[in-house]
Amino acid sequence: MSHQPNGADGLERAGLGEKTWAEMREIADRYPEKRSGLLPMLHLVQSVEGRITPEGIEACAEILGISAAEVNGVATFYTMYKRKPVGDYHVGVCTNTLCAVMGGDLIFERLKDHLDVGNDETTEDGKITLEHVECNAACDYAPVMMVNWEFMDNQTPESAVQVVDDLRAGREVHSTRGPRLCTWREAERVLAGFPDDRADEGPAAGPASLAGLAVAREKGWTAGADRSATESSGAKGESK
Amino acid sequence: MSTTDKAPEKVDTGLVTLTIDGVQVSVPKDTLVIRAAEQVGVQIPRFCDHPLLDPVGACRQCLVDIPDAGNGRGFPKPQASCTLPVAEGMVVNTQATSEVADKAQQGIMEFLLINHPLDCPVCDKGGECPLQNQAMSNGRGESRFAERGGIKRTFPKPINISAQVLLDRERCVLCARCTRFSEQVAGDPFIALAERGALQQVAIYEREPYESYFSGNAIQICPVGALTSADYRFRSRPFDLVSTPGVAEHDACGAAIRVDHRRGKVMRRLAGNDPEVNEEWISDKDRFAFRYAQVADRITYPQVREDGELRPASWTEAFAVAARGLRDAGAAAVLTGGRLTAEDAYAYAKFARVSLGTNDIDFRARPHTAEEASFLASHVALSGDVTYADLEAAPVVVLLGLEPEDEAATLFLRLRKAAQRGRTQVVSVASHASRGLTKMNGRLVPAAPGTEVEVIGSLKDAEHGVTKDAVILVGERLAQTHGALSAAADLAAGTGARIAWVPRRAGDRGAVEAGALPNLLPGGRPLTEASARVDLGAAWGADTLPAKVGRDGNAIVAALAKGDLGGLVVGGVDPDDTADPAAFRAALDAARFVVSLELRETDVTRVADVVLPVAPVADKAGTFVTWDGRARSFDAVFANPASLPDLRVLSGIADELAAIGHGRPLGFRTVAEVRDEMQSLGPWDGARPALDAGKAPKPVKAPRKGETAFALATWKQLVDLGSMQDGEEHLRATARRPVARVSRASYESVLGMLEAQPGGDQLVTVTGDRGSVTLPVVVADMPDGVVWVPARSFGRGVLAELASPGSTVTLKGATS
Amino acid sequence: MTDTLTPVLTDNWDADRAWTLASYEERGGYAALDKAFAMTPDAVIDTVKDSGLRGRGGAGFPTGMKWGFIPQDNPRPKYLVVNADESEPGTCKDIPLMMASPHTLVEGVIVSSYAIRANTAFIYVRGEVLHVIRRLQRAVQEAYLAGHLGKNIHGSGYDLDLIVHAGAGAYICGEETALLEGLEGRRGQPRLRPPFPAVAGLYASPTVINNVESIASVPSIITNGAAWFAGMGTEKSNGFGIFSLSGHVTNPGQYEAPLGITLRELIDLAGGMREGHELKFWTPGGSSTPLLTPEHLDVPLDFESVGAAGSMLGTRALQLFDETTCVVRAVLRWTEFYKHESCGKCTPCREGTWWLTQTMARLEKGQGDEGDLDLLLDQCDNILGRSFCALGDGATSPISSSIQHFRDEYLAHLTHGGCPFDPAASTAFAPVGAPA
Repeated sequence: MSHQPNGADGLERAGLGEKTWAEMREIADRYPEKRSGLLPMLHLVQSVEGRITPEGIEACAEILGISAAEVNGVATFYTMYKRKPVGDYHVGVCTNTLCAVMGGDLIFERLKDHLDVGNDETTEDGKITLEHVECNAACDYAPVMMVNWEFMDNQTPESAVQVVDDLRAGREVHSTRGPRLCTWREAERVLAGFPDDRADEGPAAGPASLAGLAVAREKGWTAGADRSATESSGAKGESK
Repeated sequence: MSTTDKAPEKVDTGLVTLTIDGVQVSVPKDTLVIRAAEQVGVQIPRFCDHPLLDPVGACRQCLVDIPDAGNGRGFPKPQASCTLPVAEGMVVNTQATSEVADKAQQGIMEFLLINHPLDCPVCDKGGECPLQNQAMSNGRGESRFAERGGIKRTFPKPINISAQVLLDRERCVLCARCTRFSEQVAGDPFIALAERGALQQVAIYEREPYESYFSGNAIQICPVGALTSADYRFRSRPFDLVSTPGVAEHDACGAAIRVDHRRGKVMRRLAGNDPEVNEEWISDKDRFAFRYAQVADRITYPQVREDGELRPASWTEAFAVAARGLRDAGAAAVLTGGRLTAEDAYAYAKFARVSLGTNDIDFRARPHTAEEASFLASHVALSGDVTYADLEAAPVVVLLGLEPEDEAATLFLRLRKAAQRGRTQVVSVASHASRGLTKMNGRLVPAAPGTEVEVIGSLKDAEHGVTKDAVILVGERLAQTHGALSAAADLAAGTGARIAWVPRRAGDRGAVEAGALPNLLPGGRPLTEASARVDLGAAWGADTLPAKVGRDGNAIVAALAKGDLGGLVVGGVDPDDTADPAAFRAALDAARFVVSLELRETDVTRVADVVLPVAPVADKAGTFVTWDGRARSFDAVFANPASLPDLRVLSGIADELAAIGHGRPLGFRTVAEVRDEMQSLGPWDGARPALDAGKAPKPVKAPRKGETAFALATWKQLVDLGSMQDGEEHLRATARRPVARVSRASYESVLGMLEAQPGGDQLVTVTGDRGSVTLPVVVADMPDGVVWVPARSFGRGVLAELASPGSTVTLKGATS
Repeated sequence: MTDTLTPVLTDNWDADRAWTLASYEERGGYAALDKAFAMTPDAVIDTVKDSGLRGRGGAGFPTGMKWGFIPQDNPRPKYLVVNADESEPGTCKDIPLMMASPHTLVEGVIVSSYAIRANTAFIYVRGEVLHVIRRLQRAVQEAYLAGHLGKNIHGSGYDLDLIVHAGAGAYICGEETALLEGLEGRRGQPRLRPPFPAVAGLYASPTVINNVESIASVPSIITNGAAWFAGMGTEKSNGFGIFSLSGHVTNPGQYEAPLGITLRELIDLAGGMREGHELKFWTPGGSSTPLLTPEHLDVPLDFESVGAAGSMLGTRALQLFDETTCVVRAVLRWTEFYKHESCGKCTPCREGTWWLTQTMARLEKGQGDEGDLDLLLDQCDNILGRSFCALGDGATSPISSSIQHFRDEYLAHLTHGGCPFDPAASTAFAPVGAPA
């Protein structure tokens, strides 16, 4: 039952298209309680609309039987949801302390200058939206830049400029630890729970992720049991 | 309390004993520390805490030190007392005795004020502001933020979140009382927190204003000046106001209100606190609709008609002219609206019998039936089986012909509370699941108009859970289907469930008790009981009382038209509320003499021979009897000697009639005297009359075969064009948009396949035997062949301009 | 002796296509399922209890005990929710784990859900890690197809559905009740406790919320036994954990070692601090854990010892800063982070971080006076322990610890009229050996 006071009960608003409506319902149905679908549904709205639109908010409200004010409250709480249209590529430069110190601040300044945009602004050609982001859990690759939430590790101002230039020129760019970059809208669709075909691209782990393992391999260190062992418990448990 | 000599045994009283600021206190288990502290006289400052909302612990203003949680260990850090239940042996030190608690509270207060504009001198809340007050009592004198060059968060100044409610985000302390009230209590989550961190704010969705019937409560519980009403903004200062308790006059719920006034004018109304009735909530209509008594067409002096024109007259002259006119007109009758106080209704009831010598009196200025009159005598008068609190205890509450959110808003909130707690299932027999029913998680048992008897009969089935613990609430609209009230009574009798009647107007139940009916005398005395007539006649000093059952409203109208009746006394009737407005107007024209007691000019006063101004509720004391049989008395807000209650006016006419040999004086002139007389008369203690459904009326024309014949379902929305909302532009602007509702199949049969209509609504024209109306149409889960429209939200309303409820109308698509 | 490094969770990260089911199964993956299904759920809980595994998300609450709190007489469904919202500044262990070996987590989810008798589980993964989400989605899909998820798993009669749920950008959703709000489609603001999630969590049903690394550790415990796990680490901090080294160290990265290893050992394994520089300050477990200094290099990195040193083990997010780094700038940036991430629910965190940021910003610019330091400490005192959840507490940690250790550096900003450091010198791309 809709809470819309304007009496649109039962009448779907146009704008998003039948397919999107159906997919939004599909998302809601994944969960024991429909409202759990709201975050992925909003990702789906962004994949279709390029931002959170009023039509998207109203569709979520109607499907979930909650008020549009409640949807709006959620959509404005999470920073990945954008009110303004986002470019084809969302470039996020980590300027949390560690990355900032390691060069993120300089990268961000350089990109603002190079792209002639401020924070959370989009280039005139609609290609790049630049934003500084908080820690993205890749500190061992600092300074880190995210493009459409793919890792671009160990950046320098020069490498970052190269990335955005390549993107604007339409050249294929790969994540340093992942696949070919897709567009921001395509990325949002994956976040909505509709996978693309890129899961198998890129390595299992980048070099920093393997740093400790490499040392262990070199030294022959192990945890004293391998996954197939069944009777080896306590093998190295003498010392505490 | 033990009355035996033995030492009282240690019993589990459910009490928990703790020490607060060195004082031992015992409170019920689960009491929150913040409220336990109140028991020892310590007021812990708070913002988000509200006793009728779920604890949230957000503002952190109420931090206290707990050196011992009752288990010998203390909390290392101060605790929010609004979320902490008491424990046996707990030790609590508040700001009164603990430096830690005091510093914690001062720290929070300092944080709250850094982004507050401190614009108290221009703020409506100034002088009654918890933030202001607690900043004085629990804050520091100087701002370290400001003195060190802190930069405040700023927002554009107030924004309208509805036509009535304004939000000043800079003043907001984000306690979320308003959003929690709207979600938890009203069920209207059209305001919600948005953004986050220091930018968090209360927000509506841009296309969906905060249109809730209860939005004013959010304003009232705002602990700062963030929410204000367009109605009251910048109008007065709390210290200039005088407060008088009152009772809301807009429905039969009897909500306690506080009337704040200045120099003879009501400036605002607030919810009073009555845990047994409205708790601390009232509807926006109860809060904002009071200017009807202050509008320009208010009648301020008596008038008599001379040469076809009304002219001013003295009270004495008007009484005399009225008395002579009534004497000369022949048989006379009395019609009143449902807005009378019980005392006034009693005066009309006595006036009819003693002065006019008739039982031709009816308070039901709305569609009504003989079955209903019988039901009121058999099941309603003197009843008091069901209370508000009982609704919360009932496993099932059945609604028959009653839409509480629109027709009894206070009752709605209590029902919703019961439903939210998950112990009460609301079952509604109605044309469709209204928003109110949805908000109560209620179950619809759909009934097309006219089919209620069978549908109510089916409620006996076990699946509906109507047992002896259930409560059946019957709305006045149920009378519109013959046999439905009897079916409701049968359901109650068959299941043992209790039954209560919930009329829509504040005076209806009091009028039943006062005997403003053709078949009932005051105190629930059945007219047909000779002993009742004799007792009453003796009490009234009248030799005999008329024994013949009087005409009801419909019969009075018919008799006037026919000439069988010549005189009419009308008190507070809007012709467009009557069963057949055209017939009513014709009856007024046909009457030989009409006396009108009215507040404002109406179509009655325009044709009346004598017009006598009467006092609005603010000008008089009185009593409203609630749907649950509670007498809610109130005093006059204003002492206005020129503003007379109906009962004083009637006694004046009665005196003049007695002087010319008709009847006798009523024997009272004041409200107090009427109360005394009603008190000494007491209630009827004999048997209640049996319910008699009477003859079925002539069957209405069978719906024509064809796709466009629809049965008309209707009720009045809470906020509509009713005359007691006149003058309230802000309130009116929050009314629900009038729409017509039909089933999906009906929609498609009338308008073709249902398709999304971007940017516009499909319109439909509904045509009945009294006219047509064109409204946007929406689909609802209702039986096919039924159309619902709001009764008083367009033009002169359904009764005047469309058709009688339950009758057949036609539909066709329309373009704007 | 336990080896210095003990790769278990990281052990297959260098395998070819490690993220695939084929690779994972080739190394014995999903064998823990049959072993667990042969046990009663309670026995699984007991094994985890016996192992001494403590929550790897920062707080260190014993995992088996948490599972034991689930009221099994409660008729409502039980839920397992994996907290994969890794967002604490400096923390970067769960993300590479899920990228390289999502099946380790999925296997852990199955065993853990079986133990608490949940038939639905969720992985709440932060939204800003697209490729990790792809790998999780793929792993779950593969596991369904292989019969590791779904109905009657491995013929055991046990059913489990697993849903990968992408968040949308909110640090606070790492707080478990805020995470539940997010998972229920609401604003991620923490809930009042009690009721605790174990009693009334997701959909008001009994719910266990565990960190990725905690759940991922479960299969190895089942496979190798509680004693094996408990045999590593220290007396009260059993087992291994992933230590994440970042910042001015020669080889930053993930080092999986028994709890109790010291930072000195870890830096040594990581090739030392970057050439020509020395450690100035560090976080043991993310930005919310009070800063430590070189004097703490030999503190065993276990829950108790780091606590005794005045900080917290947290998520073992070891952010290392050398002498080129301005501590005031570093702390200001963290403070801005907390301000940005404060959910807004409670006053001290919402308003306090707003104010702290302004005070810190003035100091960093060399404005203000020494009284501002006392003001900062008093603000921190009014936030710490007064906030609704730990986010507010975390915001105070860098400030109070940095004033404790580096008061003179704050004062130097005042006497210098600004920051005396060259930000270029601290970058990863600064010339080797550049002076501070």
